Amino acid sequence: MNQSIPTTPEAVRKQAAAADARRRRQARPVSRQWRRRGLMTAYIVFVLLPVYWLLNMSFQSNSEILGALTLWPQDFTLEHYAKIFTDSNWYMGYVNSIAYVLMNMLISLAVALPAAYAFSRYRFIGDKHLFFWLLTNLMAPPAVFLLPYFQLYYTVGLFDTHVAVALAHCLFNIPLAVWILEGFMSSVPKEIDETAFIDGYSFPRFFVKIFIPMISSGIGVTLFFLFMFSWVELLLASTLTATNAQPIGSVMTQTKGASGIDWGALSAAGVLTILPGIVVVYFVRNHIAKGFALGRT
Amino acid sequence: MNNKIYSNRAWWLILPMLLLVAFSAIIPLMTVVNYSVQDVFDANTRFFTGVEWFQETLNNPALQAALVRQFAFSLTVLAIEVPLGIGIALLMPKKGWQASAILILVTMPLLIPWNVVGSIWQIFTRGDIGLMGWGLRELGYGYNITRSAVDAWGTIILMDVWHWTPLIALLCYSGLRSIPDAYYQAARIDRASRWAVFRYIQLPKLTNVLVIGILLRFMHSFMIYAEPFVLTGGGPGNSTTFLSQSLTTMAIGQQDLGPSAAFSLIYFLIILLVCWVFYTAIMNLQKDKQLDKGA
Repeated sequence: MNQSIPTTPEAVRKQAAAADARRRRQARPVSRQWRRRGLMTAYIVFVLLPVYWLLNMSFQSNSEILGALTLWPQDFTLEHYAKIFTDSNWYMGYVNSIAYVLMNMLISLAVALPAAYAFSRYRFIGDKHLFFWLLTNLMAPPAVFLLPYFQLYYTVGLFDTHVAVALAHCLFNIPLAVWILEGFMSSVPKEIDETAFIDGYSFPRFFVKIFIPMISSGIGVTLFFLFMFSWVELLLASTLTATNAQPIGSVMTQTKGASGIDWGALSAAGVLTILPGIVVVYFVRNHIAKGFALGRT
Repeated sequence: MNNKIYSNRAWWLILPMLLLVAFSAIIPLMTVVNYSVQDVFDANTRFFTGVEWFQETLNNPALQAALVRQFAFSLTVLAIEVPLGIGIALLMPKKGWQASAILILVTMPLLIPWNVVGSIWQIFTRGDIGLMGWGLRELGYGYNITRSAVDAWGTIILMDVWHWTPLIALLCYSGLRSIPDAYYQAARIDRASRWAVFRYIQLPKLTNVLVIGILLRFMHSFMIYAEPFVLTGGGPGNSTTFLSQSLTTMAIGQQDLGPSAAFSLIYFLIILLVCWVFYTAIMNLQKDKQLDKGA
């Protein structure tokens, strides 16, 4: 910094601009930017490579898969997808999965909304203990509940129905929904409730007309998480179903035929299970970060 | 929120949720407790056994080994995923279309059904048809996850890193986004080094989300079932058989109701204990935050 002291305003400005540019260069040199991009690209490649390989397999015929290893489909075929969309065994798996996921989202949200409101606005006997107990259900390993669930749903006659899986997934989805929603609700000032009550709103009307619109992004994020955890779970879903409500995950485990595993069909089915997730994540991409922090950033 | 109203009428709002969760949590849990203290022969013949099943379970060497493996696995993936996730969160662009695109790509593994994750890696790592398996063999390494326990372990850990690092990354990303620009400007005026910015501005903001992230990761890694089951089936030998799989084999495969119920309860208690520690930590962090705001 061995610069002369500027004398004119013009010189002051010039010198300040030069110093600013120098500082910016120092703060973020070009080489570092490229290193950042390089590392990020490397990670994205790591994420995409296994998925690409699945995609690659799904477009190859079984003879090509078992023949030489090819980096991209040499004779491109849609036979595996055609098989999935025409064989009711296969496509009913998707229908079943989506059916119980949607049911679970509805049930969980309906009961979690009032509960989360209570936790965020009121103190009552046992509130802290109750909240912790809820969280313990989130932590319960599905394997622990496997056998009792099987017997319970068998006894009440719900075995092999969509409702059974939807209710079973409530075990971890309701606590999750309450946790996320409570975070979002607590960031809405309490004064809003009070003003609405002074204005003569009844509780249900206030809740539906004013409160729910205010936390709509929180609800969107919650629905995304409910979808996610119900969609990816398989252990409970496959144990509680046999033929009528079989999820796609357990259909996939039955691709072992007499001639070994049908790799092409397995890959195509796998690709089709990834797609709904991508569609859903596209809609909540702007809120997802906040949701992953469970509304607590 | 310190100004909550004290009202026991709030119980009415909780009630529907409570009934539903009780149906899917308390009734099954009671069944498990019931089985764990009895020897069930059939619907009408059963004997009270007390703590016998618990003793048997705790002394079962196969289960002890599974427990050790489980802890080793959970700690290893945490040790890899937490630093990696923070790093990726720091690298992720903050605005523009790249930010959205990368966000979606990074999130993708989290939305793949767990058994499909297993299938993806099974296909990817097979020596004959998988890119990774084939590639490693071409490079001269005798890679085989059905023979070598080391390969199987490495692959399962790699799979878990692939699958779950995004969770930590997204949590940290959201934590980083909540830091006001003024903090960075102040740091630039002070000519703070990159490390100092990370240590004194970014990391403190991340502690909150990191605790949640570590809690979720510990919990899920401790319950891992579908991915290793599909990928290695617990083998070679028992080298990748974790707790959930041991339990499922015992309860469904062998129908050993008593021991598996006792095992379930011990398993659940371990998770509960660790999570209670985390929960207390989260609640204390939030209390500290409120005190800071109040001061």
